[in-house]
Amino acid sequence: MEQVREFFAAERKDDGKAVGTSLARSDALGHVTGRTQFYADRQFPGTLHLKMVRSPHDHARILSVDTSEAEKTPGVVRILTHGDVPANIYTILRLIQVEPNDEPVLAVDKVRFKGEQIVAILAESEAVARDAAAKVRVEYEVLPAVFDVEEALKPGAPLVNEYHGKNWFTYEGHHCRRVRHGDVAKGFAEADHVIEERYQSSPIEHAPVETTGCIVVPEANGRLTCYSNTQALFFTLDNAGLILNVPFQKLRLIGGTVGGGFGGKVDVIVEPIAMLGAMLTGRPVKYAYSREEEMQVSSPRAAERIYIKDGVMNDGRIVARQIRLYVDAGAYSRHSPYGTTKAAAHFPGPYTIPNVSVDAHCVYTNRTPSSAMRGFGVTIGDFALEVQMDKLARLVGMDPIAFRIRNAYRDGDMKAHGEITKGAALIETMQAAANLAGWRLGPTELAASSLERGA
Amino acid sequence: MAKLPLVFTVNGVEQAELVEPGSLLVDVIRDKLGLTGTRVGCGQGTCGACTVLINGEPTLSCLTLAVRTNEQEVTTIEGIATNGALHPLQRAFAERFATQCGFCTAGMIIAAKALLDRNANPGRDDVIDAISGNICRCTGYEPIVNAILAAASDMRAAKSA
Repeated sequence: MEQVREFFAAERKDDGKAVGTSLARSDALGHVTGRTQFYADRQFPGTLHLKMVRSPHDHARILSVDTSEAEKTPGVVRILTHGDVPANIYTILRLIQVEPNDEPVLAVDKVRFKGEQIVAILAESEAVARDAAAKVRVEYEVLPAVFDVEEALKPGAPLVNEYHGKNWFTYEGHHCRRVRHGDVAKGFAEADHVIEERYQSSPIEHAPVETTGCIVVPEANGRLTCYSNTQALFFTLDNAGLILNVPFQKLRLIGGTVGGGFGGKVDVIVEPIAMLGAMLTGRPVKYAYSREEEMQVSSPRAAERIYIKDGVMNDGRIVARQIRLYVDAGAYSRHSPYGTTKAAAHFPGPYTIPNVSVDAHCVYTNRTPSSAMRGFGVTIGDFALEVQMDKLARLVGMDPIAFRIRNAYRDGDMKAHGEITKGAALIETMQAAANLAGWRLGPTELAASSLERGA
Repeated sequence: MAKLPLVFTVNGVEQAELVEPGSLLVDVIRDKLGLTGTRVGCGQGTCGACTVLINGEPTLSCLTLAVRTNEQEVTTIEGIATNGALHPLQRAFAERFATQCGFCTAGMIIAAKALLDRNANPGRDDVIDAISGNICRCTGYEPIVNAILAAASDMRAAKSA
């Protein structure tokens, strides 16, 4: 409790009486009566529906785009291609100085993943927009594609994203995000056992029950009001302002009610192009993903490949840990360069290990761009680390919790990325969990504390 | 294409609309009647968010042609409270934290109401079976199943009181 106060005293001046009581959710009555208003529950007369022409290929050069048949379709009001977008090339995290801009709002001369958006159709109804989209003729030269993170890093691999010029994100001049602490070679040489394991996760789609979407309404005062289910209103506002080349105060974002997000609604995809459509037609525009689009083109959690090499002593001390992480960013950066950095900082897990080396690669492939999802950059790494911890415990014949307590970080320990550990509670959490689960701990483990440095 | 007349009863009130022949029930309910509590999650009959009752039977309104409900009785989430008092299912869902984002909630409650209307004393398996066509991605199903069982118990208690 004292530690909690130390960390949050200034921010949390509540009276501390909420824990242990049951408080009603403020939104529950709206949900159970159906009165909660999601973005799609608002109706505006004259709304146009936006549908995308999407790439059927994983990687292809666009040779020509012919919209003439689509334009003739009754009910089609406007067709948008990359030339209509004021500043077409962007990357979401430029707002926090991530470079370079590497993604088009609408594809220019290449498509880099299946489902990439190329042409936007604005029509009087969804059905007309869909029919017209099917009439757009795009001529492609299909290019070799790469789907594996380690294949993508080999010389001669197909180049996915020309804005990077190579298939990896560059971190301050380096081909990966690096963490160096102590000397892993020395640690492995001293260790009683050295093991290396490989872990591979799949992309995971958030699959919210409400698909991604927005409605943009041009106002009489020249502003655009955007009703969106984004989880990132200000990311969206700022990126849209930059893409449309309009002052931020011309855009008003209304959101906050999200029918399931889980990180899947933090990218800025539907709003800028719907705003552009509303600007150019003077009419409300709705751009809502179908379920198929939600599954095919919205960003999943990145697939990760993780190699963990550990040196461990017979007494249970881990003396060296070397990590090679490959994050599959897909075709564009979105949130993956950040997620990869987060992963690099998170290794070697909540354990004090004197010799650590991390190479965390953010790799471009022709897969659907990956992005945020619940603890991204950490969740898959933790899975790999904790499976590894169980394997190590078995290897040295220790109880898995005792093995973790042996290696757990304590207050004052130096972490691999150069921060002193403060407010650690891993040992106390494991003691409490073991107690609840009826898992017996020995006297050494019961006496252990995050406040006392380990052996 | 000529529009077709649709006369049906929605939440106890007779409604008359002219609809396109291919119109879906969910679009008529939401766009023409403004009853937006019925949600669209997939548009292909797999998520259950659009569940309504047609003559008491739980039905996916995203797969139902609107004209099929001519002279039928449709009940949506907006129609199950009586005289301003929440339906026991609504109360149980709210009190027992069976909602999170709220997008699946209406479909869940409607599917559960269809169950309780024909079986006042369902077992846990009956409840799971009744909502097996409804997808929730937030809460997990445990609090939802518990809320439905609690509502069933509340309704039995109210009846015997």
